[in-house]
Amino acid sequence: MGRQKLSSVLPPGSYYFSGDEAVAEGAMAARCGYCAGYPITPATETLERLSIRFGEMRAAFMQMEDEIASICSCIGASWAGAKAMTITSGPGFSLMQEAIGYAVFTETPLVLVDAQRSGPSTGQATRVGSGDIMQAKWGSHGDYMIIALSPWSVQELYDQTINAFNLAERFRVPVFVMAEEATAHLHERMEVGAEVELFNREKKPGAPPFGTKEEDGVPPMPAFGDGEKLLITGSTHDEWGVRKITHPEIHQGLINRLHKKILNHSQEIIQYDNYYLDDAEVAVICYGFTARSALFAVEQLREEGKKIGVLRLKTLWPFASELIQDIGSKVSKIVVPEMNMGQVAGEVKKYARCDVIPYGQVNGEIIHPHTIMEQLRRLV
Amino acid sequence: MVRELEKYLRPGIGVTTYCPGCGEAILQGLILRAIDELKLNMDEMLFVSGIGCAAWIPSPYFYADTLHTLHGRTIAFATGAKMVNPKLKVMVISGDGDLADIGGNHLIHGARRNMDMTVICANNQNYGMTGGQVCATTPEGALTMTTHQGNPFRPFDLCRLVKAAGAVYVARYAVTQPMAMIRGIKKALQTKGFSFIEAITPCPVQFGRRNKLGKPADMLKDLMSRCISEEKAAALSAEELKGKIITGEL
Repeated sequence: MGRQKLSSVLPPGSYYFSGDEAVAEGAMAARCGYCAGYPITPATETLERLSIRFGEMRAAFMQMEDEIASICSCIGASWAGAKAMTITSGPGFSLMQEAIGYAVFTETPLVLVDAQRSGPSTGQATRVGSGDIMQAKWGSHGDYMIIALSPWSVQELYDQTINAFNLAERFRVPVFVMAEEATAHLHERMEVGAEVELFNREKKPGAPPFGTKEEDGVPPMPAFGDGEKLLITGSTHDEWGVRKITHPEIHQGLINRLHKKILNHSQEIIQYDNYYLDDAEVAVICYGFTARSALFAVEQLREEGKKIGVLRLKTLWPFASELIQDIGSKVSKIVVPEMNMGQVAGEVKKYARCDVIPYGQVNGEIIHPHTIMEQLRRLV
Repeated sequence: MVRELEKYLRPGIGVTTYCPGCGEAILQGLILRAIDELKLNMDEMLFVSGIGCAAWIPSPYFYADTLHTLHGRTIAFATGAKMVNPKLKVMVISGDGDLADIGGNHLIHGARRNMDMTVICANNQNYGMTGGQVCATTPEGALTMTTHQGNPFRPFDLCRLVKAAGAVYVARYAVTQPMAMIRGIKKALQTKGFSFIEAITPCPVQFGRRNKLGKPADMLKDLMSRCISEEKAAALSAEELKGKIITGEL
């Protein structure tokens, strides 16, 4: 239980994978024991690869009748003791929202990879988009807290899939890997190390599975068949899982703890990279594939002597609010290029005191570095 | 419930949620009797239920692992658990609205895959918990809170549906046939693969009241008079079969 180092499933070395394949290999490395999904572009290749690889590993793979069944079976699998994952894209992510709320409320570790495509609805089904960022945060009803990661390369799809499993197990929460069509279908080189560091859920026989007095806020998690006579419900419940829906203090306390167990560990969870920010007058805040274009653009402009820096968010939720507050007090302008109509820009505006300039592009194409350069030249 | 079955009940949960005269409390007892007669180990069992009156049969009352899930998705949750831990003896208990309306797709796919689980559908012919609305098993013409002129649509024959989808054991009994029901549940539990029991149960408060079916005892008597075996049904004309419920292994 807890942290452990295991050898990688793939022999260490360099590989040439698509992003979708890297997700599948990340799940293998994390010792995912159950994957369920439903075919959807651009996530299908992960399912296809896992259906082969899981057969080799004797882990359970199910192609379910829809995305609702996929995520629900993952919740059942997680409580049966396996690390569980589902993979989808926008339309499937929409279908899964009710079950995401259930997973949050029952504190079920779960990894969900959303290979985002251009929406809404069927949209441009084979084209890239990044429109599900707010849905990841607010898609299910009620107040809740989840973790969402934003990889920018095939390498990171592998690494962040492993990280997502660790975070899900550590905090007993659904963790989303917000991939994008552009990275899901991108083929590039990635490295596999000799070992992976993994986190496995803590068990503590006889301890309440839905409450803890510890500051950490994450209760231990037994599995079906452990003899704990688990009582699991999506209704408001006490620390033993007993339904308590007319007690205001129990509901308030539960929601508070579910928020705090994530927010109190923001430092442990949030990852980012920054480039040239020390003397920057303008900052570009970006994530996912767009960060590749943004960094390229900024590096070109730096050669022209323009003082621009880049903050790349690797974690989207919980939001890096303190960091952005800090950057906002040091630069005069923040530009947020993204493949949606300003979902993260709006969040940046909440915390940065300087001018925040959104640049949203939703035409199903990646944002070209020249487009970002043009935007930046107008400002600096 | 007799004292010797108390060991199957979660300590400290005193009050049941059933309305007066609800047949689901009878079904609850019959399920436990079947488990008791088979001497199953409750620590190896997993009960999965959805949303609605019948979802309360195992949760929180049964002293075992219970998973009280989303509306309609019971079989999907159960599938994941069974795939990961095949040693679990999985029983899904839920209502007709949960399993056949919102969860109909998962029901037929569970049967098609022949997942090794027992599904008990308490069929009370309406949505009881939300106040008595029409559902996929409400008889044609019946009055409900959303069919004030009578239900214009035909009901599902759940057993035929699930059988056609590939379930290996399918039976229908009313809660007025306790011995047969216990036998059926035992057989279902001993069947490897997808087994399905449709348990017909009266809902006096929501369904009976609106259709003027009398007191709970009258509804039970009415059920007794309407249940017939497949063999007896074969000898009856279509006219004579009207209103009859064919029970037994199907």
